[in-house]
Amino acid sequence: MAHFDENPLGPHLPLDPLPGHSSLGRLERVLRRGEFAVTAELNPPDSANPEDVYERAAIFDGWVDGINAVDASGANCHMSSVGICALLTRMGYAPIMQIACRDKNRIAIQGDVLGAAAMGVCNIMCLTGDGVQAGDQPGAKPVFDLDCMSLLETVRIMRDNAKFLSGRKLTTPPKVFLGAAINPFAPPYDFRPYRLAKKIEAGAQFVQSQYCFDVPMFREYMKKVRDLGLHEKCYILVGVGPMASAKTAKWIRSNVPGIHIPDQIIARLEGAQDQKKEGKQLCIDIINEVKEIEGVSGIHVMAYRQEEYVAEIVHESGVLKGRKPWTREPNPVDSLVAERLEEARAGKEQNQQEMAEIAAHHPH
Amino acid sequence: MADPKPGNAAPAKKAATGAYTPAGVSPNRRARHKYTVRLWAVRHSRFFEWFYNRFAAAFLLLHPVWKLFGYERVERPITFVERHVKGFLFDCRMCGQCALSSTGMSCPMNCPKQLRNGPCGGVRANGNCEVEPDMPCVWVQAWKGSQNMVNGNAIMNVQKPVNQSLRETSSWLRVTAEAAAARETAGRDA
Ligand code: SF4
Repeated sequence: MAHFDENPLGPHLPLDPLPGHSSLGRLERVLRRGEFAVTAELNPPDSANPEDVYERAAIFDGWVDGINAVDASGANCHMSSVGICALLTRMGYAPIMQIACRDKNRIAIQGDVLGAAAMGVCNIMCLTGDGVQAGDQPGAKPVFDLDCMSLLETVRIMRDNAKFLSGRKLTTPPKVFLGAAINPFAPPYDFRPYRLAKKIEAGAQFVQSQYCFDVPMFREYMKKVRDLGLHEKCYILVGVGPMASAKTAKWIRSNVPGIHIPDQIIARLEGAQDQKKEGKQLCIDIINEVKEIEGVSGIHVMAYRQEEYVAEIVHESGVLKGRKPWTREPNPVDSLVAERLEEARAGKEQNQQEMAEIAAHHPH
Repeated sequence: MADPKPGNAAPAKKAATGAYTPAGVSPNRRARHKYTVRLWAVRHSRFFEWFYNRFAAAFLLLHPVWKLFGYERVERPITFVERHVKGFLFDCRMCGQCALSSTGMSCPMNCPKQLRNGPCGGVRANGNCEVEPDMPCVWVQAWKGSQNMVNGNAIMNVQKPVNQSLRETSSWLRVTAEAAAARETAGRDA
């Protein structure tokens, strides 16, 4: 069977644009077709070795529709999301590039958006970012020049109006699918659904939620979201993940901002013989519950330091229904690069003298 | 964790605990009494909304006066008054593009992340700020304040990014000048 998301002329060619789609990526295609999407978070390495990124990405092969390249999550220093995306797109993965407003001002961010889109990044996720106090360098200067809302709007304007925030024109707008984050588990609870509405207005096309451990609370939130009709305007991916032990869960609850873990979850972990196994089972149970909620379009698996379980969790929860997410996404410049390499290999010599001559007479 | 430098008490204390932020310790210790007036203003957001509307109308009536003296010339004294009045009532940070009427009278520039479009995902379960554990989250307050206001729905508007070049200028005069200009063009069109 020919794959849906494949160029009819050959899998090595970039996908054709589809009407109404804002990116060329597969994540958007999967979501728009109404399939249950799975995304996962890549644990960013603390090293300058590309192998580390590839190794960590390889675990997700054939299991996820998109890989989140996090932007110094928790305000801890790691390899940058732009760097990770550069590596991933080179290998043909489909990264979701996160941009946090904490570290960059609007000038840097708009530049990064263009650079990322040029590298073949099709999905961009706009975040506010944790405060610097949460990370390993609490003395850093928090930037927060834009907030997630104005960032969404900025990228949307760049894409749809082909303009910078200043109004200067872009010759080629970045074709990206825009994402945002939601946290239904933090106060003010009754404002949260409206905040999602605001994000959609600003440009969000899909959202990934914070870790969901409190399913009844999430149900409540989704009810409000459906009442507002927001699930029809935006794809909602629920954040899930395994907890390694009750101790980690407790630590996370009191030390990582914005994660709500109810007591009974911790009690369940504590009561288990093998806490790690129980944590995984708990994650699968939560997936099975949330996937039935109307308006949920997928899951976002955050298995920090337990990435090897992602495949198992996705497999056992059966959310893919036998679908195998495509792994390699051809880069638009693949053929160009191949051509250049070929040229270099063929040893086509450059005549420096001649080139200098041409340059000298180049009319400016 | 990096070894704490002497003379940098808060981070040092924080480093000693091992946790990212011990509950109840702010990186920049602002005392509770500093919030009292601000929180009071939010509780009376409806009154301030009413008052501000009157006040803006009066300022607009004075437009000929401002014009007579020249907006540039009155800028300094007005900014002085605005800074102190709003500073006392709302802990105003003089961003120069006041959003109080769409943020439930809770000044968004007091948010450590200076968010202008709603709360971040880190708000603590008790409604306090992620960054400053002893400060009530500016946006939880804003939501409460907006619920009291007649035009509280303005909190749903997506705010533009802050124009940093307008810092320390008078928002009152800017709004008045803009309203006057709008009135003039409307008058000309009619
Ligand atoms: S918790 Fe509230 S005040 Fe603190 S950074 Fe987040 S939005 Fe701002």
